[in-house]
Order: sequence, then structure tokens, then C-alpha cells
Amino acid sequence: MSTAGLRGRMPVTAVAIVVVVLVALGLAALALLGNRSLPERTGPPVEELAVERVTLSPGIIELTLRNTGPDPVQVAQIAVNDAYAGFTGAEQPLGRLGKEIVRIDYPWAEGQPYTLAMLTSTGAVIEHEIPAAVESPKAGKNLLGLMALLGTYVGVIPVVLGMIFLPVLRRVRLRVIRGLMALTVGLLAFLAIDAAIEGLELAAVSGGAFGGPLLVILGAGLAFLALTAVDRYLKSRESRHPLAEPDGGRLALMIAIGIGLHNLGEGLAIGSAYAVGELALGAALVVGFALHNTTEGLAIVAPLASRSPSLVRLLGLGLLAGGPAIAGAAIGASVNDAALASALFGVGVGAIAQVIVQLAPSLRSATGKLLDPTVAGGVAAGLLVMYATGLLVAA
Amino acid sequence: MGASRRGFLLGGAGVALGAIPGAAYADPAQQNRQADPAPNHPGTAHGNHGAHGGGVNGPTFRGGPVDHAANGFNPTEILRSFDYGKTSELPDGRTLREWEIYAIDREIEVAPGVRFPAWTFNGSVPGPTLRCRAGDRLRIKFVNGSEHPHTMHFHGIHPAEMDGVPGIGRGVIEPGGEFVYEFDAEPFGIHLYHCHVGPLAEHIARGLYGTFVIDPPQDRPKADELVMVMNGYNTNFDAQGNQLYAVNGIPFHYLHEPVRVRRGELVRIYLANILEYDPINSFHLHGNFFDYFPTGTRLESSEYTDTVVQAQGQRGICELRFPHLGKYMFHAHKSEFADLGWMGFFEVIE
Ligand SMILES: [Cu+2]
Repeated sequence: MSTAGLRGRMPVTAVAIVVVVLVALGLAALALLGNRSLPERTGPPVEELAVERVTLSPGIIELTLRNTGPDPVQVAQIAVNDAYAGFTGAEQPLGRLGKEIVRIDYPWAEGQPYTLAMLTSTGAVIEHEIPAAVESPKAGKNLLGLMALLGTYVGVIPVVLGMIFLPVLRRVRLRVIRGLMALTVGLLAFLAIDAAIEGLELAAVSGGAFGGPLLVILGAGLAFLALTAVDRYLKSRESRHPLAEPDGGRLALMIAIGIGLHNLGEGLAIGSAYAVGELALGAALVVGFALHNTTEGLAIVAPLASRSPSLVRLLGLGLLAGGPAIAGAAIGASVNDAALASALFGVGVGAIAQVIVQLAPSLRSATGKLLDPTVAGGVAAGLLVMYATGLLVAA
Repeated sequence: MGASRRGFLLGGAGVALGAIPGAAYADPAQQNRQADPAPNHPGTAHGNHGAHGGGVNGPTFRGGPVDHAANGFNPTEILRSFDYGKTSELPDGRTLREWEIYAIDREIEVAPGVRFPAWTFNGSVPGPTLRCRAGDRLRIKFVNGSEHPHTMHFHGIHPAEMDGVPGIGRGVIEPGGEFVYEFDAEPFGIHLYHCHVGPLAEHIARGLYGTFVIDPPQDRPKADELVMVMNGYNTNFDAQGNQLYAVNGIPFHYLHEPVRVRRGELVRIYLANILEYDPINSFHLHGNFFDYFPTGTRLESSEYTDTVVQAQGQRGICELRFPHLGKYMFHAHKSEFADLGWMGFFEVIE
């Protein structure tokens, strides 16, 4: 039977099904044969366990374990600071990516460091450090309320405060606006780098079972693509109604979304730091942190200098940019999952990168030059401002 | 998520707490004080089925005792078993003692659920306690049933070719090979035997060791005699200390099965330290003192104490009587070793 004959008699879906079945059969055969022809792996089993979460309650240390290696792992005994302790959970071997919670009976003390050594059935030792033991907050209304307050404080309020610069921006010349846009790009670039570093560090903690650093890149790529799609959609609406949506408004919206996703990652860090009792306290830090996030509000309103947006709209932008910090803090405090957190940091990076791409055209001078002294100076100033305010809050 | 992941900017997140009203911010330390008093109540410790509780009640394993039957030896039996060998009389009237010792590779359970690929003498860790009298002729037939080359090196006084070290006399005994070590028993005391093939620390740490007791010409006073060999297991083979410490092979064994002794009866402990990767070990007894005879080569006690320290390869004899009934702990006074398994009880009964 000729292919022409086939084409004539079978509908396209039938052909597609036949092809898919053939490919599946071929792959299955390959897997079967390949499995047989491969030599047995020699050597001892590869035993890896990542401690995804530590929960401390009086007299009890609870670990969420994840098998991040290729072979099953059986936790046989656990020693805390070189003393074997009774524990429950993980009675059976953990399979690949398997997750179990073990409860260790140990009289830990506030603020002390602990080294947990898990002795596996083969005698291998997998260690995990608790830098300073602090009772874990219990998830519930109180915690969520606290996280909402924290998120509002570090996210929403400073951003809205920054937006107060708008009347000032209205009264300056175009060149100053371009300089401010460049400043914004500098600020955002700094945030992207910081979030990327943070995300990669977290990814290392998660043990790499879910891709490690790849998670950050994946999150960044997906966020970039999604925001670009949103931007194109907004643009297409504009082209249909050229007078309805001024360009500056779209930019401000995109910047707010980008900063919002960044603040999601920031909230996440706050929440998880709280969950492990790592929050530093200090009035000087309060000021430093507020100052730092205020610049984010400035970035949002910079494209709006020549417009007169309504107050509701401005508040909406502020919430869009700052609000995710609340969600992030809540997730961070109650989930405290390194892999998830690193992916979310990646989302923040991608969002910011997309916003920078959006802003780039508005930096061009009348003659089409991109990095003239105004812009170069603005970007540099943005980077330096972030660095300087960052120093204020680095505890 | 540890301190190391605190970012340049995000590390300052905590500032916000300064502005949180007191009601919303629960002080963890405060909670700790108010919360359930479980840590101080032995009975309420969660998830513990050990004989002594765990948590504040001391170290413990999960899962009860190891499988002694599968291991082929039980520390309670090692405690009082002395192998006098097959005896016969030599033409000059002296006693000839003969033993057959096999090197056997055997995976043993060293803690509940933890397998250790041991190398053993006659299948147990430590190997059998050989016993003889000063001046006896000893003939030890060593058969290497292991997949690795080994020797038997005896402490004591003997000719060079009987020393069981590579390159001297018969030297290394290859797998499947055998050799008869023959020498006279001297001096009296408690001694060690162990493999002496390189890498030396590993050949010993894998389990190839045991004690041999040479009795003095006149018997020591009649006593309830015990052998205690302090050992350990470097289960991950990194030569950095040990993960498990024990006396007579199995960590925490005598916590689960206390050593039973009679009130007022003389107890004699042949104590040896064969620990690898840690320079010293110790023996500490609760509620009592003992006379200590270093290496057992003199009949006069050198010390009246409740704690002795032994470096690797050191040994001695402890003699004591328990005046009171009840359970008395004994353990390494390097507490870390105690917490990692070197801990047990005497139980004094009528
Ligand atoms: Cu050997």
C-alpha cells in the first residue's frame, strides 16, 4: 500500500494515533533492551538525604527528610550532638524522592547549635546542622496575621511611600525622567542579581533532587515568558484603542508586576527566616529596610511622570507591587520548602529581567543613543543606591 | 534553611518585627517555658520503646536489641566464656593447648538496622577469649577463611617468627592459607591478639581482635570472672573516629541485658581497650570502687578507683565486690563514647 493510498483513506487523527503508538512501542522496546544490555551498577548504594524542614517543639526535633539520591535509604539510628536518641518515623526505606518525617526525642535547648547524624542501614552517616535551635512557630491564624503584618510593613507601605515622588517627577524635564528611568533599571538589575544569588544558595540547600540551580533558571524563564505574553496582550489592546492606554501606564503596570514577583521572593525569605528563628531585630534595620524598598515605589511611578493617574490606580499599583510580600511571608513561614522557595526566587529574577527589557526602549535619547551619560549615570546610581541601602539592612 | 542563606538584602527582613505589637509576636522562649513539661517526664517521652527511655533519660537506639542469632554471638555469652583449648600433656610434663581459629568475613548487625561488613576471628567481635596458664605450650592453628590476607599477632613474649607480622616468619597468611603459631604462655596477665596486616587500623577496626588470659602459676582468688573488650565501629570507613562504641561488640547491649552479679561475691573483670581511631578509652563504675591491676602482670593492685583510662591496646584487671543490691551503671567516662553506645548496667542480686 502506497503512502498516497494511506493518505487517501485515513483521516489525519488516525495517522497521528498510529504514529504515536509506533513511537511509544519503539521507546518501550528500547528501554527494555537498553535495560538488559546495561551492566549492573557496582559499588555501594548512593545514599542521600536532604533535610527539607526542621520543626522544634519542647523535647522534640522533627525532621522532614527527602531521599535525593538514586537508591533507597533506610535511616537506622539518629544521633543528636553525638548521642543516640529515640525516634519514630521512617520505619521503611525511603525510595527515590520519597519524603518522611522523623520525630526525635531530644531535650534541645534554646539558642544552641545541634548536629544531627543519621546512621543508615549501611553505616553511612548523613549530617544536618541546626545553627541555633528556636521553637518553631505553629502555623495558624496568629502566624498568618503576623506574616500579613510583616508583608505589609516591608512590602506595601514602603512601595506606596516611594510613589509619593510622583508630583516631583511631574515638574522635572524629560532628561531627568530618562535619568530616573535609568536609575530604575539600575535598581531592578541589582534586585535581580541579589534574588538570583539567594535563589541559587537556597537551591543548594534543597539537595538538588528537584533540579537545584535549574529550578531558579526554570522559574526565571517561565516568569519572563509569562510576563512577555502579558505585555504583548496589553500592547495588542492598545493598538486597537490607541488613545485608551498610554504607554507609560503599561510600563508602570509591568514594573509593578515585576517588583511584585520580586517581593514574593522577599516575603518568602522573611517567612522562612522567621520559621527557623533567624530574624534579627533592631530599629536601625527597620529604617534601612524601609528606605530600601521605598526606591521600588519610585521605580513604579517614574514612567507615569507625564500622566495623571487616579489615586485608586496608584494604590492598586502599590498593592500589586508590595502585596505579594504578604503571600510570600505566609508561604515561607508555613511551608519552608527550600526547593519551592528557590523556584520562586527564580520567578522574581525572570520578572525583573522582563521589566528591564520593557524599560530599555524608554532610555533611548532623542537621537536613539542608549548609554549616554545621563542613562549610564542613572543605572550606576541605581546600582549604588541599592548597594548602599542594602548595607543598611544586612544584619 | 540555615544562616548561610541569608541574603545581602533579605537578611534585614527581621527589622519588621521591631514594629510588631507584642501580642502578635510570640516569644519562643516564653512558649518554651509555658509549654508541656514532657521533657522532664520520663514516661511522656514520645516514641520511645528503649529500655531506658531516651531523651533526657539518656541515649538509646530505636528498635530494641540486635539480632544476636543472625550475628552468631551474644555479648552476654562472650562475657563469661573462656576457651581453654584442647589440652594434652607434653613429654616434659607441661600442658599443650591447641586451638583452631578461623578468619571469617561476616556482615553483622552492630546496632538495630545497621549492617557492618566485619572481619572476625571465629565469627564474633571480639573473637574468643583464649585462656591458659603461664608456662603452657600454646599451638594456635590459624585458617584464613576470609577474602583478605590476615595474620594473628599475639602480645606476650615469643620468638620473632611467631609474631604474626608481614615479612617475618611465615608473614601474611593469604586467603585459604593456614599457619600454626606456637609459643609458650608468658607473662601472666591479660593480653590481646589481633590481625597485623596493613592497613593495620582497618584490619583491627573491622573486628579482628580478641583477648587471651594467661593465669599466674598459682590461681588468683576464686571470683565471678568477666571479659570486657572495649571496641567501636567506624561504620562509614572514613577513619575519623567511630559512629558506634561498645563493650563486647554490641553498643548498649548491657543496658538491655544488665550484667548480673551477686552481692558480696568477688567480681574480676578482664578489661581491654581495642578501640581504633580514638586514642583513649575509659571504664567508669557507678556506686563502687575497684582494685586495678595494670596488664594483670603483678598480683598487687596498683590503684583503688572507680575510673581507669586505657590507651589503644592497654588492658588490666579490675576486682571488686558489690555491697548493695540494685542496678549500677558502667560506661566510658569519655561521655561521648557512652552516648554513642559504650554504656551498660550491673545488676546486683542476692
Ligand atoms: Cu587482617
